[in-house]
Amino acid sequence: MNKMGLEEYKGVYVFAQQVDNQLSGIALELLGKARDLAKDLDTEVAAVLIGSDIKNLADTLAEYGADKVIVVDDPELKDYRTEPYTHALASVINKYKPEIVLVGATAIGRDLGPRVSARVQTGLTADCTVLEIGDFPLNPIPNQEQKHNQLLMTRPAFGGNTIATIACPDNRPQMATVRPGVMQKIEPIKGAKANIEEFNPGFTPDDKYVEILEVVKSVSDTVDIMDAKILVSGGRGVGSAENFKLLQDLADAIGGTVSCSRAVTDSGWLPRDLQVGQTGKTVRPNVYFAIGISGAIQHVAGMEESDIIIAINKDEDAPIFDVADYGIVGDLNKIVPQLTTAIKAELANK
Amino acid sequence: MKVVVCVKQVPDTKGGVKFNPDGTLDRGAMLTIMNPDDKAGLEAALRLKDEYGAEVTVVTMGLPKAEDVLREALAMGADKGILVTDRVLGGADTWATSTTLAGAIRNLEYDLIITGRQAIDGDTAQVGPQISEHLNIPVISYAQNIKIDGDSVVVERQYEDRYHVVKAKMPCLITALAELNEPRYMTPGGIFDALDAEITTWGRANLVDVDDANLGLKGSPTKIAKASDKVRKGAGEKVAPDSPEEAVSYIIDKLTTKHVI
Repeated sequence: MNKMGLEEYKGVYVFAQQVDNQLSGIALELLGKARDLAKDLDTEVAAVLIGSDIKNLADTLAEYGADKVIVVDDPELKDYRTEPYTHALASVINKYKPEIVLVGATAIGRDLGPRVSARVQTGLTADCTVLEIGDFPLNPIPNQEQKHNQLLMTRPAFGGNTIATIACPDNRPQMATVRPGVMQKIEPIKGAKANIEEFNPGFTPDDKYVEILEVVKSVSDTVDIMDAKILVSGGRGVGSAENFKLLQDLADAIGGTVSCSRAVTDSGWLPRDLQVGQTGKTVRPNVYFAIGISGAIQHVAGMEESDIIIAINKDEDAPIFDVADYGIVGDLNKIVPQLTTAIKAELANK
Repeated sequence: MKVVVCVKQVPDTKGGVKFNPDGTLDRGAMLTIMNPDDKAGLEAALRLKDEYGAEVTVVTMGLPKAEDVLREALAMGADKGILVTDRVLGGADTWATSTTLAGAIRNLEYDLIITGRQAIDGDTAQVGPQISEHLNIPVISYAQNIKIDGDSVVVERQYEDRYHVVKAKMPCLITALAELNEPRYMTPGGIFDALDAEITTWGRANLVDVDDANLGLKGSPTKIAKASDKVRKGAGEKVAPDSPEEAVSYIIDKLTTKHVI
C-alpha cells in the first residue's frame, strides 16, 4: 500500500447516492456529518454525485452543506452497477485526494465502499454510528507517534454487543460507511448554489460491466418503519403470515406500523423492508412492541434505542426481556387481541 | 464447472447469548457455527453441483479449529476443503483478510466464487467485494436465485426497494444472503466420510501474489483504537400475569401513564 504523502489528502467527501435521479436521504445525512468533520479539520465538504443526467441534483447538495459538487455524469451510470460506479468514485479519489470519504451503508454503498477501498488501497470501516476527529492512539504510547486529526470511526460489532473505535492512520483516504438514520442532516440553506466541477474519467465496458436484464421495483405503499412513531413488531413466535393480522389490528388501533424480525422475513411472512435489526433497518420509535420476538442480538441492535420497549413473549427466559422496559410473559394470541380491544375502548373514552 | 465457496467460523449468537456476570459477552461459553450467509452460499453451490455437476471447493481462513466448518461443508456435500491458517495472518481486518483469501484462491481454478454477504460477528459485508477486486473479476452482492446461462451467471441482485436481474460473465464473485435458500442437512454418510476426509492446510507460503505488508495485523490499514462492551440500557420490569386480562390492564396502565394513548 502507498503510505506516502498523507498530507496531500484534503477535504471531506461524501458519496451522494441517488437512485432514479432522486437523492437518497443518506446523502444529505452524510453531508450534515461531513460539515462537522470539515469544521474540525478546517477543510471543505465535497459531494460526489454519480449517475446519468443528474446535474440538477447538485443545488440540493449545496443546500445541505456541500461546498463543492463533483459530478460524474455518463450514460453508463444510469442504474447502479458495481464496476462503473467503482471506476467513477475511485477516479475521483485518485484525482482529488480527499482525506475522508463517507459512503452510506445501503445496498449500494455496502457494495461500492469495499470495492472502491480495495481499488484505492485503503481501509474501510463498516456501519459506523459515531464519527469524530481525534488522536490515534487515543492516549500517547511510548515509542509510537501519536497522530492528530485522525478520523475516529465507532461501530458496533458482534450484533451490537461490543463497540469498537477504529482509525486508519497510515492510509488515505480514511473511508467509512454509515447506516441510514444515524446522522442528522442540517436545516437546508435556502437558495444555496452548488460550485460544480464536472469530471468524467471515461467508461469503457468490459467483462466487469455486468448487464442489467431487468429492474423489478417492489410495489410498497407501506410507511417506512424508520419514520414510524409506534412500531408493532412481530417475530417467529407470531407463528404464521396470517397471524400477523393480530399485530396489524393492534397497529391500526394505536396508530402504529407493523415491523418484524429477520425470522419473519426469512420465512417469507413479511417483506424485507419491514425488517428491524442488523441486516434490516435501525429504528428508534417512541414505542416498540416486541411480540413473539426472542431478542437475538442482531435484532436488539436495530431497536434498542427505542424510547419505550414493550415485550410480550411466552418464554420467560427470552433475551428480549433484558432490553424491554415492560416485559409481559404470556401468550400473544390471547393478549394481543384483547389489548387491541382495550386500546380502542380507551381511545373512544377520550 | 468449478465453484469456490468462502466460509467463516463464527460464534453462535442465535437464540441466546451468554453473558459474564459483569455484562460482557462470554465468548468461551458460546458454540461456534458456520456463518449463516456463508452456509446459504454453500447451499447455492451444492445446488449447482446437483444441477450442473459443479465441483465445490470450500475455503476458510482462521485458527486450526476452523477445520470444523470445512468438515461440516464436506458432510453437506462439498468436494474439497482448504484451511488457510498461519500465525502471520492473525488480527487481519477486511483488507488483509480479502488479500489473504484472494492469494489462496489464485491457486485454484474457478468459474464462480460464492461468499456470504456478511458474517454475524463482524457484520461488515466487505470481504466478498474486496476479494473480487483483488482478483479483478465482477462482483454481484446480495444475490438471490442464481442461474447459469452458458458462460454467464444470471442472478437477482437485491436492493432496498427493488431487485435487478443481472447477468455477469464468469468468472465472477457472488455474495449470498441467508434468505437465498434453506441449507441442506449433513447426511449420516456424509458426516462419516467427512471425518476421514483430507483437509488441505495452507499457510503464508501457499499464498500467490501477496505482499507480506498486506497481511495480518500489520497489513491492516484499519486499527482498533478502543474496544468496549456496549453499555446496555438493562432490563426494566418483567411481569408474568395470571390472565390475559391482567396483562392487558398492565400494558394499558403503562401506555396511559406514558401518554402514548
